[in-house]
Amino acid sequence: MTITRQPEWNAKEAAALIAPIVASESGPVLLCLQAVQAYYGHVYSDAIALIADACNVSRADVHGVFTFYADLRETPPPAVPVRLCAAEACQAVGARTLKAEWSAACEASPELATLTGVDEPIFCLGNCALGPAAMVDGELIGRADVARLCQAIDAAQAQERPL
Amino acid sequence: MSIWFVPRDAAARSMGADAVAAALIDRGETVVRNGSRGMLWMEPLIERAETRDGGRVGWSNMTAVQIEQTLPSEDSEHYVGPVEEIDYLARQNRWIYERVGVTDPLDPEDYVRHGGLAGLKNALAVSGDAVVDIITTSGLRGRGGAGFPAGIKWRTVAEQSAQPHAGESRDATPHKYICVNADEGDSGTFADRMLMEGDPFCLLEGMTIAAHAVGADRGLVYLRSEYPDAIATLQAAIDIARERHWLGDDILGSKVAFDVEIRVGAGSYVCGEETAMLESLEGRRGMVRAKPPLPAIKGLFGTPTVINNVLTIASVPSILARGAETYAALGQERSLGTQVFQLAGNIAQGGIVETAFGITARALVADFGGGTRSGKPIRAVQLGGPLGAYLPDDKLDVAMTYEALAAAGGMIGHGGIVVFDETVNMADQARFAMDFCVEESCGKCTPCRIGAVRGVETLDKIRAGQDVEGNTALLRDLCDVMTQGSLCAMGGLTPNPVLSAINQFPEDFQSPVIATG
Ligand SMILES: Cc1cc2nc3c(=O)[nH]c(=O)nc-3n(C[C@H](O)[C@H](O)[C@H](O)COP(=O)(O)O)c2cc1C
Ligand code: SF4
Ligand code: FES
Repeated sequence: MTITRQPEWNAKEAAALIAPIVASESGPVLLCLQAVQAYYGHVYSDAIALIADACNVSRADVHGVFTFYADLRETPPPAVPVRLCAAEACQAVGARTLKAEWSAACEASPELATLTGVDEPIFCLGNCALGPAAMVDGELIGRADVARLCQAIDAAQAQERPL
Repeated sequence: MSIWFVPRDAAARSMGADAVAAALIDRGETVVRNGSRGMLWMEPLIERAETRDGGRVGWSNMTAVQIEQTLPSEDSEHYVGPVEEIDYLARQNRWIYERVGVTDPLDPEDYVRHGGLAGLKNALAVSGDAVVDIITTSGLRGRGGAGFPAGIKWRTVAEQSAQPHAGESRDATPHKYICVNADEGDSGTFADRMLMEGDPFCLLEGMTIAAHAVGADRGLVYLRSEYPDAIATLQAAIDIARERHWLGDDILGSKVAFDVEIRVGAGSYVCGEETAMLESLEGRRGMVRAKPPLPAIKGLFGTPTVINNVLTIASVPSILARGAETYAALGQERSLGTQVFQLAGNIAQGGIVETAFGITARALVADFGGGTRSGKPIRAVQLGGPLGAYLPDDKLDVAMTYEALAAAGGMIGHGGIVVFDETVNMADQARFAMDFCVEESCGKCTPCRIGAVRGVETLDKIRAGQDVEGNTALLRDLCDVMTQGSLCAMGGLTPNPVLSAINQFPEDFQSPVIATG
């Protein structure tokens, strides 16, 4: 699942990526941003102007859309992203404790922190009967604890192959 | 040879179902990946049958290691017997979920063998208007939260003529849209997800019936990015449906033309609000629009648009197949048919309970749910998602209908029920509710955008023991302003969890706490 190395920005390639979306969709800005992020792992700042020109809207408009959505990021994702559910049903079964324990584990191990990135809270993963829920590299984890998170991280790393 | 069923549902996978399936395949066994039965505390729940549609017996909480050692037998402590006789399932009334857990979600023949397409065939045999009448008679109300009658919404869209996209020339192709709201942002809810992963053809069939009813040619499913499995399963189902002419230009040989695409969300709770969803589908920031115009008249790109929740649309095929009167005979008052309740949080037996409206919250939480997972007493239950009130244990005898819950100061929302045990601190929960509003507000109106920030500050003062009385009064005023002055339910209903916490659990607001939300 993880793309170990994100492709370098290439304006021509990015233009080709969004051209079919602009040609076929009535409201293409968000779709273009999502397509760029899906390919490059994040939205390079150059993409804003490119999308604005292609969609015939202002850069401020594209930037406004970019900043509105929590999913869209301006920096590359960590190698194995870990997201902990911070919503109510998971709070009821110890999400706050898990978050504290996970932060402590990341503080104790800078490698782990770099590998998994800053935990940006996520509100509900749809696994609310089996909380605390987490997502490790796109894979859903039920009844998460630090040990299960680490297992899932190992599994994700084992799957990774260089491009 | 026996056939094994191992769920492919994300919740089952989150507990190791893939490894269990792989271990069975390694032993040379035949494995079907079904949806989940919705008894989530048993996952991975695996089942065995002698023939594809034969009776099934099950084993709960299986691991790959166990399978590697030996195939499970009737003597195993994990054995749960004939699955459909388990009380939790046997006492439900499954309409929307009739096939979920039973079939292979991506096997179209399985779908048809278990009653799929019967509703669509009945619908195509009559006029669109007649279908709208059937839905009106069934009493079906929207399952996304507001409970608006689906038949009335459909009638409005049916009465409009199709329109070109706003800004296009007048002779451009006119459209009407069916937009399915699969944003399912409420904590404690997962029934949209499990339906899309467990019976995606049902959603597509419901959308096609809606399209025939109102004369729509295009369908979109706005599906949250947090659900990668649902996105993949629904996309695979769309591809199969197109091949089979269940979607496309000539659906089942009729003249109805309709196609469906998925649009993936981008991590915004407020985009579940229908007009914010339209903005997002049009590629913009998810800012709530003022109504009127109603989306039914000027919706996506200015065209007449049906917006319904996944469960609303997924109810439609079974209503068409089994009859509106049969459906309307279930339930109470103006809450007719079945509701898919979702038991979540600190609950022993969490999962899906589909049953007629009118069951009490206590029956759901205690009889089905078996009380808390921790074994400690229940202290609070949040009904209806993050904008719903917290009820104390002694208020749980309320009937789960729109009417009874409204009278009790609660709401049914999307059917989520989140249980907390006695360790919960309700001041923390109140703070979280305000903070969630800060995070997710679209920013259009001041009471919501600024009010929620002030709300968090004020709650922090209360939690620190600073002028508790004065700050509580201030908080109540703030809630009043948010209730009165917000454009949508994000700001308008955030006071629900906050005020219910203060009113029902005042002791948690008296002593300073250290923990932060
Ligand atoms: C802040 C907010 C979030 C909402 N989130 C959802 C959601 O995730 N899914 C949903 O179906 N409806 C949601 N709604 C309700 C929708 O606005 C709308 O009423 C619903 O999709 C209509 O479909 P229905 O009539 O079938 O329920 C939300 C409303 C608000 C105010
Ligand atoms: S109440 Fe909040 S979310 Fe709703 S429109 Fe106003 S600012 Fe936006
Ligand atoms: S609240 Fe955590 S998965 Fe739903």
